[in-house]
Amino acid sequence: MASNSSSDRQRIAQQRLRIIAGHLQGPVDSDSTILAAECKAQGSKTDVSSERKTMPRRRQEILKWNGWGYSDTRFLFNKKGQAEFTGKRYRLSGMIIPALQNWFEGTFGASMQHKSPAMPILTSSAVQPPTLNEAFVDELKSTGIPFSHDAEDRVFRGHGHCLHEVFALREGKVGRVPDIVVWPNCHNDVVKIVELACKHNVCLIPYGGGTSVSSALECPPEETRCIVSLDTSQMNRILWIDEKNLTAHVEAGIVGQELERLLNESGYCTGHEPDSMEFSSLGGWVATRASGMKKNIYGNIEDLVVHVKMVTPQGVIEKGCQCPRMSTGPDIHHFIMGSEGTLGVVTEVTMKIRPMPEYQKYGSVVFPNFEQGVACLREVAKQRCAPASIRLMDNEQFKFGHALKPQVSSIFTSFLDGLKKFYITKFKGFDPDRLCVATLLFEGDREKVLQHEKQVYDIAAKFGGLAAGEDNGQRGYMLTFVIAYLRDLGMDYYVIGESFETSVPWDRVLDICWNVKARIIQECKDKGVQFSPLSTCRVTQTYDAGACVYFYFAFNYRGLSDPVHVYEQVEHAAREEILANGGSLSHHHGVGKLRKEWMRETISDVGMGMLKSVKNYVDPKNIFGNRNLI
Amino acid sequence: MAVNALYSHRDPMLKKRDDFEDILEERRNSSDLKYALRCYTPVLYKGVTPCTSSMLKSMVLQSDQLHYVINQVSKETGKATDDVKEEASAILEEMAQCLQLSTVRFFAFTLTKAFKTLFRSICVNEDGIQRLQQAIQEHPVVLLPSHRSYMDFLLMSYILYTYDVALPVIAAGMDFMGMKFVGEMLRMSGAFFIRRSFGGDKLYWALFSEYVKTMLKNGFAPVEFFLEGTRSRTSKSLTPKLGLLNIVMDPFLKGEVFDVNVVPVSISYERVLEETLYARELLGIPKPKESTSGLFKARKILSEDFGSIHVYFGQPVSVRSLAQGKVNRCQFNLVPRHIPRRPGEDIASFVNDSAYRLVRAQEENMVLKPWVLVASLLLQHHHQNQAAGQKRGIALGELTAQAVWLRDLSRQYGAFLHWPDHIPPSEVVSSSLTLHRGLVRVCEEKVQLAVEQAAGPAGPGPHSSVAPEEELLSQAVIILSCASYRNQALHVFVRPALLALAIHTASSNQKQEVFNSFSFLRNMFSNEFILCPGATVQDFEEACYLLVKTGALQFTQQEVQVTERGHRTLAFLSSMLDPFLQGYQVVCRFLCEEATETLIEKQFIPAVRKFIKKHLLAGRLRYMEVLSSDLQKNSLAALLRLGAVRKIKGVEQEMLKVNKVMVNSLEDTLGGKLPTPKAAVARL
Repeated sequence: MASNSSSDRQRIAQQRLRIIAGHLQGPVDSDSTILAAECKAQGSKTDVSSERKTMPRRRQEILKWNGWGYSDTRFLFNKKGQAEFTGKRYRLSGMIIPALQNWFEGTFGASMQHKSPAMPILTSSAVQPPTLNEAFVDELKSTGIPFSHDAEDRVFRGHGHCLHEVFALREGKVGRVPDIVVWPNCHNDVVKIVELACKHNVCLIPYGGGTSVSSALECPPEETRCIVSLDTSQMNRILWIDEKNLTAHVEAGIVGQELERLLNESGYCTGHEPDSMEFSSLGGWVATRASGMKKNIYGNIEDLVVHVKMVTPQGVIEKGCQCPRMSTGPDIHHFIMGSEGTLGVVTEVTMKIRPMPEYQKYGSVVFPNFEQGVACLREVAKQRCAPASIRLMDNEQFKFGHALKPQVSSIFTSFLDGLKKFYITKFKGFDPDRLCVATLLFEGDREKVLQHEKQVYDIAAKFGGLAAGEDNGQRGYMLTFVIAYLRDLGMDYYVIGESFETSVPWDRVLDICWNVKARIIQECKDKGVQFSPLSTCRVTQTYDAGACVYFYFAFNYRGLSDPVHVYEQVEHAAREEILANGGSLSHHHGVGKLRKEWMRETISDVGMGMLKSVKNYVDPKNIFGNRNLI
Repeated sequence: MAVNALYSHRDPMLKKRDDFEDILEERRNSSDLKYALRCYTPVLYKGVTPCTSSMLKSMVLQSDQLHYVINQVSKETGKATDDVKEEASAILEEMAQCLQLSTVRFFAFTLTKAFKTLFRSICVNEDGIQRLQQAIQEHPVVLLPSHRSYMDFLLMSYILYTYDVALPVIAAGMDFMGMKFVGEMLRMSGAFFIRRSFGGDKLYWALFSEYVKTMLKNGFAPVEFFLEGTRSRTSKSLTPKLGLLNIVMDPFLKGEVFDVNVVPVSISYERVLEETLYARELLGIPKPKESTSGLFKARKILSEDFGSIHVYFGQPVSVRSLAQGKVNRCQFNLVPRHIPRRPGEDIASFVNDSAYRLVRAQEENMVLKPWVLVASLLLQHHHQNQAAGQKRGIALGELTAQAVWLRDLSRQYGAFLHWPDHIPPSEVVSSSLTLHRGLVRVCEEKVQLAVEQAAGPAGPGPHSSVAPEEELLSQAVIILSCASYRNQALHVFVRPALLALAIHTASSNQKQEVFNSFSFLRNMFSNEFILCPGATVQDFEEACYLLVKTGALQFTQQEVQVTERGHRTLAFLSSMLDPFLQGYQVVCRFLCEEATETLIEKQFIPAVRKFIKKHLLAGRLRYMEVLSSDLQKNSLAALLRLGAVRKIKGVEQEMLKVNKVMVNSLEDTLGGKLPTPKAAVARL
């Protein structure tokens, strides 16, 4: 049996290698513009080896210091005015995107003539000198744990990716940033650091992947103690894999794509794929209650975690066994999950793993309008037959997705596209300004996938949906990974924007979508925004009792003296609208400091009291002083 | 205008007023048939889902709301759900409109003919129409016209048709359905019919509210109803009824639509068609039941001149902005929205406040004709002369001079007065008198109300056999008709007039005393006039501001002083409210003297009427207006509200239990014999 299963694994691993190699060889079929491959960034060919890829301590070596993602990867408009995606990491890399400029100018009223470039480099003088706690530093030195108070290192850990944070960096403005960055290498290092922090009363802020969009990494300006950023990026090993129980014990600093890559080598995966998985870390997922794209099969982080180890000022908290479920009072994991770094540092996690899926298939369905699309998603959820991922984009986002089509190399493809368009709009009578598209991702046994696919398409047909091919589906998922890069492009041309999310009961999905989008448009108008904003949404997750809705919002800020303030007012209003329409404060981004003001009404006074009393017990001196959540 | 500036800083609904266009002018110069058959392509709500009247009905019957209530009713009554469903379907049949363009065209044709003979002009503010067009595109729209005549809703649809605006669906009382044929015609022109009372009928309420909401949410058509609930027989705005307003605000509060635009519409008639009918009704001469033949008989009025109509479409009011900061919509998050729930206290008071603001917005844009001022003056003269035993009337020149004085005063108070400034005032006054010749008599350059005329020639003669009571009634018809014109201007003067009365009744000139007195009177009369709940201080400040601005009052540190020239203004203002003051006192006196401990509610009006007649005939009471059942009902409502009278459930009918001590002291306070109690709000 054992040999059997290991040969199975080899077979799967080999198949996997073949697939990856296939992706890297470039287009084979002349009629497919987009390859059936992963959307996220891929390493070069040599990455296939099991070499450990560590995020360097100096993250700025490979990542942008004032924008999203890898330094070598960005959108730009070339001299011909065509959009181009640089680098080699993504499917879209090196390609020309001919329709983007038109869409961009048409949607935002932006112009290639009006640029708003970022400050190219950080001037160290903009960074305040560190407030150092000498005694702490001395003792830290003696432990041998690496640390730094270099300005660049500190600035890098003083922000997440909220609009106001990135906007300030682009202008070269730096507020309060951590005074020291430390890089523990293992759980015991963290224990030592936390002990020292308690002893010397310094403030600790855990740092994982730095992809927060809730102002969670911002240093509280009122904090007078020395702030130490605890960067977990060097704690990125898989400590063991338990194939009997299908669990893996992993250090919490590991980044999502690295975790998947390493597990894949053994024929496994976690299936947890948040949109930020290229950069976000396991510890960060736990600390924010993250959700993955494929949660329908694998579950959200709370479903995946079997065991967590967290270092707090009171000591280490963990369960005494690795059991699938327990009836032992309130689950202590739920104090940890979503604690947003206010109670301690997650150091190690035991997670469920699954054998890698045999087969993956993208798909898409076009609906005549958004209402029909939502009705279809509701029915799919009711029948509990949601594929690994099912997302419904509204009309604006559908058009946006189209604008991101790379240059077509063959006439045949463009002919086919034209034919498809003709069929849908003319023959089927879909209004191009109302239709919307659902993207699908199926995963599992080949046979079951095909069966499943049929079931879903049959349901879709009842709601007027037409299958619209794999390409559209795949492009939809690709958008997820490149959209953050697009924001940087927008910011080069006076366009700022952001996304935010909520979860909402089914009966309110449609209303919340209309109302929040309308509120954004109205608020922009009221706040003096000169150009009509992009206000769009998609339903990204389905549950038995409701759905997760994602909003994108961007506008051209030319003519505004304080665009970020306007932006924040509009986002604030949009959040109020969400809450008034029965939506949640957050589905998976978390609360941070950005949404703290609504916590009380979200969880009630008693709820706040409960959270606060836990904080008071675990961390009476507020060592974990990022002031998130409560 | 300065006054408008004052209002606008606290009342964003008020803006500078637009100009009018006469829509009849074009009709007089072109073919009516062509007009009725013209191409009609209104702009619709951007989110409209096209549907027919019958689709609407099935949407309502299939809604979650109705499913819920049907199941509930079936459980409670033990009837099978199918039976309840059938019942629901039948109710909906009875209720639903079936708007048809052909019927509207028919009305467009016939109404044009009628309007052209009845009215000199129908003036509409076209800017308001444009705002309405815009509002209709953006959000579902609710039209709230004032209600003074049966004509109101036909007139509204007529105007909207003329301007190519989407035709509304109109909530109409069931009594119209009594008129065979006409009821159906109205239904086809967009009216839907609601029973006057359906208190505890869950199913009916559910159907009705769901029907209205469905039409509103889908943008099927603007929904029109009368906030005042019924036609005002007195030309005073009635205190708003909240049922329908609750319903149309609900979709916004529950997040089913982004916003709802509410458009107050002020329709002012120079002469109301129902003028004397109303007076008779108020005096207890029962109104004829609505019937087709009755309507047909009424056609003789076609030969009369009813002057002009002004229709002012007000600034659309966004419910969202009204609710801003006042309502927490999260309260609807914890129960599925289709389950009917009684609105919470904050919602109830929000809807109530909004309703008052909207009625005030209607009032603000009511056009006043010079006659309104003339009628006010004539009434006051009539009563003064009556007191002095004179029967001579007032010289035309004197009347004109006074009218000019009042014109200037009312303009300073922000009245929307249509006084043709290019015509000499004497002509303006005489032409008003001519139009209303049924109510006034001009003889040897002297003007007086036509009360004697109505009673036949004075002195001994063949007619002197008329019973004194009948004579009284026929005089009262004239007085009440006249009062209804004065009432049109009441909203302009009511706040300063209350202050004038307060100064008169307060025991001293101390500002605090005056405020207490003002607050008491305001509270007492809040069923009579449109006084926004909880706005005592604002009203007081507004009244002070106006009287100080016009130089009638001066304020020192603590005291209120009437200036030399202020006496005239204050005298005018307080005599304007005097009939109401006396009326309330008489009702109190009746309750103390005549009523037994308990009184059957239904007998209140006849009994109090008898009591008042007795006093009028004995000459102990000056104002025949007090005979108005409207005043009597309002005073009873006030007493009930204040707890001086309580309603108790009798065996078969509602009984009134009178707290004589309290009623007595209220009467004395009204008469200034008792000091006013300390006002609750004394923040000055």
